[in-house]
Amino acid sequence: MGNKQTIFTSQQLDAYQDCTYFTRKEILRLFHRYRDLAPQLVPLDYKNQPEVRLPYELIGSMPELKDNPFRQRIAEVFSEDGEGNMTLDDFLDMFSVLSEMAPRDLKAYYAFKIYDFNNDDFICKSDLEKTLNKLTRNELTEDEVRMVCEKVIDEADLDNDGRLSLEDFQHMIMRAPDFLSTFHIRI
Amino acid sequence: VSRRRASEKRSTEMGNKRAEKKHDKHHKTTRKEGEKDRKRPRRRNADEEEAEEESSKEKKNIKNERTKTVKLEDEKEKDVKKKRKNSESESHSESNSDAESKDNQAVGVLGSLTPEELEQLKEAVDERKKLITTLKGKPWPMKKKLVILRESQEFVEKYEGALGKGKGRKLYAYKVLMMKKWMKFQRDLENFKTACIPWEMKIKEIESHFGSSVASYFIFLRWMYGINMILFGLTFGLVMVPEALMGKPYGSMPRKTVPRVEEASAMNFAVLWDFGGYAKYSVLFYGYYNNQRAIGWLKFRMPLSYFLVGVGTVAYSYMVVIRTMARNANEEGGGDDTSFNFSWKTFTSWDYLIGNPETADNKFASITTSFKEAIVEEQESRKDDNIHLTRFLRVLANFLVLCCLAGSGYLIYFVVRRSQKFALEGLENYGWWERNEVNMVMSLLGMFCPMLFDVISTLENYHPRIALQWQLGRIFALFLGNLYTFIIALMDAIQLKRAEEEIVKKNMTIWQANLYNGTVPDNSTALPITVHPADVPRGPCWETMVGQEFVRLIISDTMTTYITLLIGDFLRAVLVRFLNNCWCWDLEYGFPSYSEFDVSGNVLGLIFNQGMIWMGAFYAPCLPALNLLRLHVSMYLQCWAVMCCNVPQERVFKASGSSNFYMAMLLVILFLSTLPAIYTIVSIPPSFDCGPFSGKNRMFDVIQETLETDFPAWFSKVFSYASNPGLVLSFLLLLVLAIYYLQSTSKTYKRVNMELKKKLQTQNEENKRKNKLAALKAANELEQAKKAGEQCSNSASDLGESTQNVSQLP
Repeated sequence: MGNKQTIFTSQQLDAYQDCTYFTRKEILRLFHRYRDLAPQLVPLDYKNQPEVRLPYELIGSMPELKDNPFRQRIAEVFSEDGEGNMTLDDFLDMFSVLSEMAPRDLKAYYAFKIYDFNNDDFICKSDLEKTLNKLTRNELTEDEVRMVCEKVIDEADLDNDGRLSLEDFQHMIMRAPDFLSTFHIRI
Repeated sequence: VSRRRASEKRSTEMGNKRAEKKHDKHHKTTRKEGEKDRKRPRRRNADEEEAEEESSKEKKNIKNERTKTVKLEDEKEKDVKKKRKNSESESHSESNSDAESKDNQAVGVLGSLTPEELEQLKEAVDERKKLITTLKGKPWPMKKKLVILRESQEFVEKYEGALGKGKGRKLYAYKVLMMKKWMKFQRDLENFKTACIPWEMKIKEIESHFGSSVASYFIFLRWMYGINMILFGLTFGLVMVPEALMGKPYGSMPRKTVPRVEEASAMNFAVLWDFGGYAKYSVLFYGYYNNQRAIGWLKFRMPLSYFLVGVGTVAYSYMVVIRTMARNANEEGGGDDTSFNFSWKTFTSWDYLIGNPETADNKFASITTSFKEAIVEEQESRKDDNIHLTRFLRVLANFLVLCCLAGSGYLIYFVVRRSQKFALEGLENYGWWERNEVNMVMSLLGMFCPMLFDVISTLENYHPRIALQWQLGRIFALFLGNLYTFIIALMDAIQLKRAEEEIVKKNMTIWQANLYNGTVPDNSTALPITVHPADVPRGPCWETMVGQEFVRLIISDTMTTYITLLIGDFLRAVLVRFLNNCWCWDLEYGFPSYSEFDVSGNVLGLIFNQGMIWMGAFYAPCLPALNLLRLHVSMYLQCWAVMCCNVPQERVFKASGSSNFYMAMLLVILFLSTLPAIYTIVSIPPSFDCGPFSGKNRMFDVIQETLETDFPAWFSKVFSYASNPGLVLSFLLLLVLAIYYLQSTSKTYKRVNMELKKKLQTQNEENKRKNKLAALKAANELEQAKKAGEQCSNSASDLGESTQNVSQLP
């Protein structure tokens, strides 16, 4: 095996392999993708773990994310500061969860956080309305939006508090046939 | 998907192993609970204190700790290697000074532990190990994961070595080392396997432009390519190469030589393209193989290998398809569950793979339409306008389709008989069309009939998803009908050849007698007259003919597909693009516009292509190789065509919610295509002068022969007992009973599942009702409390005013 890279120590690479679903080669490739977003900010030597944080605008302009209506939420959920500015660790974490190999329950957890716009650990009606408007680019009328939100709460809310908790969401999404194939970014 | 399965499986396997070990230990240690209770809190406290110490130190200055622990880990790796030779305490003393005191502490403390507490510690270590393996699946931020990983690794390193004290020390340390090496090996293997997967970037590009449903066709193609690679490896490595290297060379035997009459034209391109001439008398086809039992210095059993490879390819294909189906079945929820319709539309309709603005626009539009439709359906009840007319139209449509199918079946039969007539009269008299009539007709039917079905289905007025299912079913029936008509016609040809064979056999004896005519009629002292192999009269080889027919069919099918692709998609796109400027109406929006990629049609084509390979691989070992080449070219050609000529679909309808739909079709085709091959193997005797089974009564006699000659005597006795009908029948009966039992248990499980679901639902409704009542009650009480509060505050304010007034009084 050619261990000629000088970016990470082998312990760091092993640790990343233990903490994500990526292989060694993929981690290096992801590092280069991260660096290509801002070559002047990201050093080529990560052995000392420099504190480098890329602003959200760069992350949101990646070809995999730029057409996604939820890209801001995705970046906010996975970033340390909650604003969308991501370190390399956050970057790797994000793509690991969104990769093909991540299991359903892990994806469900993060999907819940993404769709919870106000970060109150519940998907309430306003979160649903925002989701819907982002999905349809405001093409639905207010009545239709209201109706759909009510239907969703009706279908999925098990403890009847008018909003979806994590358990409600997970219970609903576990049986969805399309969830794994759509909540997936290939990089 | 497969990678996720592997990693999940590994982590659950590890977890299960640890859990099992834990269970065993729990059983062992429950008896001594009372004794340990006193000691355990002390031990645990000491543990916790140390762990807390470590973690607090870590958290204070992370950078320094990281470099220190990196060094630590370096040294610990060296330690592991030394552990096998030295005892643990010595190795620990070589580590970093900071950790040294802790280590010595740990060793010192451990030295005074009872065996039960050692067990407890072992459990803790195992738990930490389990945590390390399942760390990927935890929903924690990366920083936390890295810190916990480091802590757990240090904990395991520190205590694991010291745990080995006592009787099983060396064995334990050895086991630990082997486990580590095994995990490293597995990880390297995973890395290697992932690096080998081809075309990843191509598929990603297609996914980002067209979404996941179009990309699923290419992923399916790649999977098929993998299967064909294995089939190719089997046939090439175990059949073609041994015969080519170790068998008798070309020209040494009659069956391996081009007959004198055909020699003149054997190198013509037209003949070679038709797989005659030199191509026919080569390792590519059945007829070339010699029936010698063992060839070469390896004593390679050629006929046995040929037979077993044929059986093996089918068995492997079954295994792979069923395994994939089982994996997909695990993921399935309730299939076509409608209880979460709107929720699923909201949370799972956006395809995160999309990376192209145009596709994104399409997706937004389709999501909006889907929501509006669902809302309308929800609000209105379906209006049954004129159900009788609809029913009549549907019956009419089905009748038309049946007529089409019958017509195409008859056409194929007619054409095959005609081609046999041509063959009898000599193919040289006819042009290109007559020679390739059968293949062209089959390919053209396969191209035009689906379009016809599409037109007919507009009569039926179904929901698009149901219409798609009907369409797929009809195309399936069409292909199947065509294939089986072809096979029946082929069977007739085989019978003709066998009749011819009898005649040739008679002629052979006459010819041989003529050869010896000039010499002494006494056979014992006659020298064998050397006749050039090309001059020996040859029997018709029906197996090679069958192989040739399949190869020709595959080639013409491939050509038709590519030409349709070029004309239908590429030419159309070029016309639309360049004629748009000078045409009356907008070509891009109206007719014909750019074509969309037909996922289901292409998948069906791929499945049937594979069916033909499975059917013909026994008689033409070159078929898997040909198919591999075809799939390779298809991948590149179709990737290019899709990106260049197609536009993303406006509405995406999957044929079924389950991803097992196409797998089930593949299984059915596999079964149906191995039936004819099995029939010919079992019932028709092989040709007398060509192929590896020539001279035998039936092809499977080779197994009997091998058992008798190559295995010790008792083996064949055992086998003859085992193949006793009584035993076989009772075994079959046992299998049937087992299947029945498994099916009834699975039915019971399903029923119990449904009941639990219903219970959960009623429970939820109960809770809802109760909560509603409670909420109402709480609201009422709140209102009352408010009122009371207001009254109080009113009186208080009055009092306040009065006191104010009082205080304001001079």
